[in-house]
Amino acid sequence: MPRIPLTWLADHVALRDGADAESVAADLVSVGLEEEAIHGAQVTGPLVVGRVLALVKEPQKNGKTINWVRVDVGPEHNEALDSPKDPQPGDEVPSRGIICGAHNFVEGDLVVVSLPGTVLPGPFPIAARKTYGHVSDGMICSGEELGLGPDPDGEDGIIVLGRGHARGLDAQPGDDAISLLGLGEEVVEITVTPDRGYAFSMRGVAREYSHATGGAFTDPAAAITVPEASGPGVEVLLEDEAPIHGRPGCSRFVAQTVTGIDPQAPSPRWMQQRLTLAGMRPISLVVDVTNYVMLDLGQPMHAYDAAQLVAPIRVRRAHPGEKLETLDDKPRALHGEDLVIADGGGTGDRAIGIAGVMGGASTEVSAATTDVVLEAATFDQVSVARSARRHRLPSESSKRFERGVDPQLPALAVRRAAELLAEHGGGTIASERTDVGTVPARAAISLPVGAAERLVGVAYTPQQVVESLEKIGARVEGEAAAGSVLTVTPPSWRPDLRFREDLVEEIARLVGYEGIPSILPQAPGGRGLTRAQRGRRSAALALAEWGLTEVTSYPFVPEGIFDALGYPQDDERRTAVRLLNPLAEDEPLLRTALLQTLLPTAKRNLGRGQEAVAIQEIGTVSRASGAAVPIPSAAARPREDELRAIDAAMPPQRRHLAAVLGGASGPGSWWGSAEDWGWADAIEAARRVAAAVGARLEVRQDQLAPFHPGRCAQLLAEDGTLIGHAGELHPRVVKAYSLPARSGALELDLDALIASAPAVVRAEPVSTYPPAKEDFAFVVDASVPASAVEAAMVVGIGDLLESIHLFDVYTGDQVGEGRKSVAFSVRLRSETGTLTAEEIGAARTRCIEAVSAAVGGELRA
Amino acid sequence: MSETPSNPDLPVIDEPTIGAAVDAALAAIAAAGTTAALKQVRIDHVGDASVLSTANRAIKDLPKDRKAAAGKLVGQGKGRVQQALAARQAELAAAEEEAALAEETVDVTVPTDRRPRGARHPLRTLEDRIADFFVGIGWEIAEGPEIEAEWFNFDALNFDADHPARQMQDTFYVAGPDGGEDSGLVLRTHTSPVQARAMLERGAPLYIACPGTVFRTDELDATHTPVFHQVEGLAIDKGLTMANLVGTLDALAAHLFGGAPITRLRPSYFPFTEPSAEMDFRCFSCDAREGLDHDADPACRVCGGTGWIEMGGCGMVNPAVLRACGIDPEEHQGFAFGLGIERILMLRNGVKDMHDMVEGDVRFPQHYGTEI
Repeated sequence: MPRIPLTWLADHVALRDGADAESVAADLVSVGLEEEAIHGAQVTGPLVVGRVLALVKEPQKNGKTINWVRVDVGPEHNEALDSPKDPQPGDEVPSRGIICGAHNFVEGDLVVVSLPGTVLPGPFPIAARKTYGHVSDGMICSGEELGLGPDPDGEDGIIVLGRGHARGLDAQPGDDAISLLGLGEEVVEITVTPDRGYAFSMRGVAREYSHATGGAFTDPAAAITVPEASGPGVEVLLEDEAPIHGRPGCSRFVAQTVTGIDPQAPSPRWMQQRLTLAGMRPISLVVDVTNYVMLDLGQPMHAYDAAQLVAPIRVRRAHPGEKLETLDDKPRALHGEDLVIADGGGTGDRAIGIAGVMGGASTEVSAATTDVVLEAATFDQVSVARSARRHRLPSESSKRFERGVDPQLPALAVRRAAELLAEHGGGTIASERTDVGTVPARAAISLPVGAAERLVGVAYTPQQVVESLEKIGARVEGEAAAGSVLTVTPPSWRPDLRFREDLVEEIARLVGYEGIPSILPQAPGGRGLTRAQRGRRSAALALAEWGLTEVTSYPFVPEGIFDALGYPQDDERRTAVRLLNPLAEDEPLLRTALLQTLLPTAKRNLGRGQEAVAIQEIGTVSRASGAAVPIPSAAARPREDELRAIDAAMPPQRRHLAAVLGGASGPGSWWGSAEDWGWADAIEAARRVAAAVGARLEVRQDQLAPFHPGRCAQLLAEDGTLIGHAGELHPRVVKAYSLPARSGALELDLDALIASAPAVVRAEPVSTYPPAKEDFAFVVDASVPASAVEAAMVVGIGDLLESIHLFDVYTGDQVGEGRKSVAFSVRLRSETGTLTAEEIGAARTRCIEAVSAAVGGELRA
Repeated sequence: MSETPSNPDLPVIDEPTIGAAVDAALAAIAAAGTTAALKQVRIDHVGDASVLSTANRAIKDLPKDRKAAAGKLVGQGKGRVQQALAARQAELAAAEEEAALAEETVDVTVPTDRRPRGARHPLRTLEDRIADFFVGIGWEIAEGPEIEAEWFNFDALNFDADHPARQMQDTFYVAGPDGGEDSGLVLRTHTSPVQARAMLERGAPLYIACPGTVFRTDELDATHTPVFHQVEGLAIDKGLTMANLVGTLDALAAHLFGGAPITRLRPSYFPFTEPSAEMDFRCFSCDAREGLDHDADPACRVCGGTGWIEMGGCGMVNPAVLRACGIDPEEHQGFAFGLGIERILMLRNGVKDMHDMVEGDVRFPQHYGTEI
């Protein structure tokens, strides 16, 4: 994001007195440009200019020769006397002794000295240190050590004033070198929201700063005078035959030739410094100038080597199969939607750049380039954004174009760049200039004066409304009076201002958000939580009270999960939704069952030292729908059939509850050891969840992975809807997830369970007559489920039944092989009177007959 | 009349004899140290063979003129003995019960957690608290799918396919039916699509909060997680303004962090709101909570010394969004806002590392139980 050096900003807007990076950042935040970072001074401490008074060259054993140097660093920093044990070379005068390995200087030169206490970029703190047999009381610095980069003149060694990095500089020993070299500059890095493309320029940020502080703003674009061209320059043809969304890829193209530039001429130090501070690397005069103008004004530019360019330039969509080697030396296969700049080179129709994104290698300026063609154009936001995304090339240029660039800028930017090339490279600006295409007129927006008050709730005066809009550069027509309607034409640099509400935001932020009052709105009153929302809370709380801890897990699963859990090949739980860009390549699927992610969570807990596990999770699971979801237009409300088509193609998504239970269900203590969690607890947990949401579950024997084939319960709602499964996990799964032996688990469709609960719980009368208690033991075939015996008893006894509870199951010699005895205690009670012996006897008989008829059970003697 | 001849078979019923019997009984009662001993005393002194009982039986055979005096003498004596017996019985029984209970003393400091309680995940508890706040001010809680149609996640919210903001939200894309790119589905990057669905289904007026899980392609670190939770609010009605937005945020801030709420809006940009703002809550932890005239503690871990906590984005719903969702922007307008629930929990409860919240380690929720 853009980096704003304070001194550059100050070129265009008057900063507050004593403004520093923090205060500038705070002011920019107040108008909506958020601070991303503050880059403080690169060098701090006593970095001073020194004069080399004397030096001796001392060859070392390692073959190197070092200089032992006496340096005058000014009266404030000089030591009065040499150390008697380590005298410096030459006459003893106030100075410092410093060791230096570079050789590009002589006695009398002015150099840059970092005295002890200086902190160089790195950070690299400087202290006096003993080296090569002397105490070096500081360091003589090179450009690289100061963060200035390689020397522009190719100087090998330290900085000598008057040359290289310090060309044109003069100073006295002891002078502050931080300000001399511009190393104390503070930089504010800001975050620019997608609507504020113009804040990708010093021009735009300066204007915003002026909005925040009222400081005087000088538009750098207004200072540029573009002389009348003597005629068109290089021929440019705008030939977009496939505009995106009906908008031409290039609406304006300005080209200007500059000849006779000295290829050896470096860009000026101040420009290199500003580019560096703004986060760009100085490269060559031509490249630096185009970058500098872009950073300053916001207009991306490109320079072609005129000697390589073969007119005419065509701006067109790429041909099928067309290729281009871009400036970063990478070959790119172009897409038919890419807007390209092409010339007549090569076989006569050659792509030389992806418009607004990156230029091509074939016409790149080189160390031998003397003549250039400068390009500044207006490219369509969408076209550039798509190309940048397609080629993964988020360049400085594309960043600006996709947010919108002021269409008035191209001629100004080209002129400014040409002037800089003339000034610093001795170039000649051709009198011809190409300027094709048009600047689209801005549509005016009609704005009732009261619109801002209506939306923001602040009683803005008509004057505040008009002044705010004029401040941002809009043309405002109409009377500044309550009730009138203004006609507002936004400035060319604000393509984001298109609707009335956009203008309201400008008024609100310029007057200030802090003035908005606080009024809690009175909603008409809602219906509270839905049944499902209440049910989910009750379910989780019921299990928490029963000893289970709620956890969360990510829904991402690996492809191998289905095999790991033993799903059959045709199991529909294998039809998972797949991500195109998963975070982890080996977890590209979304879970189709909650246990797929809860089991690994159980494993993690056990791995971290838990000895038992009792965890629950409520989360969503999905299935792939096998259909693509349509995307209707968002210009108006979609038709009902379009909305239905979306819903029909959506992947089914359900909210499940799952739990894993294994190991001791509590600590052992004075009461003995706790029982282990197991299959029965898993089924009971499901029943408790059902009870918590007001539903009931029927339990049947079933087989389903990942459960133990003989210990798996199918859970059904009262209407027969399948709700889920519970039981003991398959031993292979227990092993795979390192769970305690015989761990249990459950997974149920919580949405369906809650939906199965009756809307109203009907009352049951409370009888005050005494109960009769009866016990029954039936011998049945071992394969008959207890629930079937119970169901038959319930039917047989009928209305007199108050409660029934299985209290024993027996297998063994007394009942014979393949048989079992199931014993129930039953309470009978009548609503109408005390039960007689005859009534009780009749109920017993009905019960016994019903069990006999339904499951062949015999009453055990 | 002659004196009644003395009959050796008849007991003597005179004051010395009865008085001696009563005194002996009272002495024995006082000497009894247990309820068992007292039982024997009762047999010995008021039992059938005792002096008092024998005398009592003999009264009926006395001459008429002596019956009254003898009856009074024996009756009073027996009454005193019975009273003393009852009193002593109560005394001894109480002492014996006390001793028996003392025997049964247990060490009540031993553990009692045969089945320790579980816990709810604090993120869920916080989500519920936030939902309760909105229900309390008359809003409803709306929900929607986590795997969402691109149209609802982006297009309906004024992010068209080429919108730069669409690239900023690091989106998980769903593969198409044949493994291709165009499924028209994403993992929702915010809960705003729920708002779009609610507007389409219910129209205006509408006051809803949408808590839920959202997804962005951020790697898990101390402050980021690819799967996190948001709560968004949406109010659409006639005449709602940014002042109502501020009022709602103030009330929510007070509910979450307590104290007198101070919120601040900063201009920002979101495609679905215009005007848009970032909302900051005044730090609830350091001196800054006292008001705008109090400086933040430079070392405050909650606000980082700025006095403000960034809470999320908000603004007035963009008319383009209202139109796409079938609401006439000339008639209704409203506001929307969104906050991260993880962030609130981190700030409110001092959670230092996102890993603790998302890795499923039971120790994290167990610390909270079912409250936060």
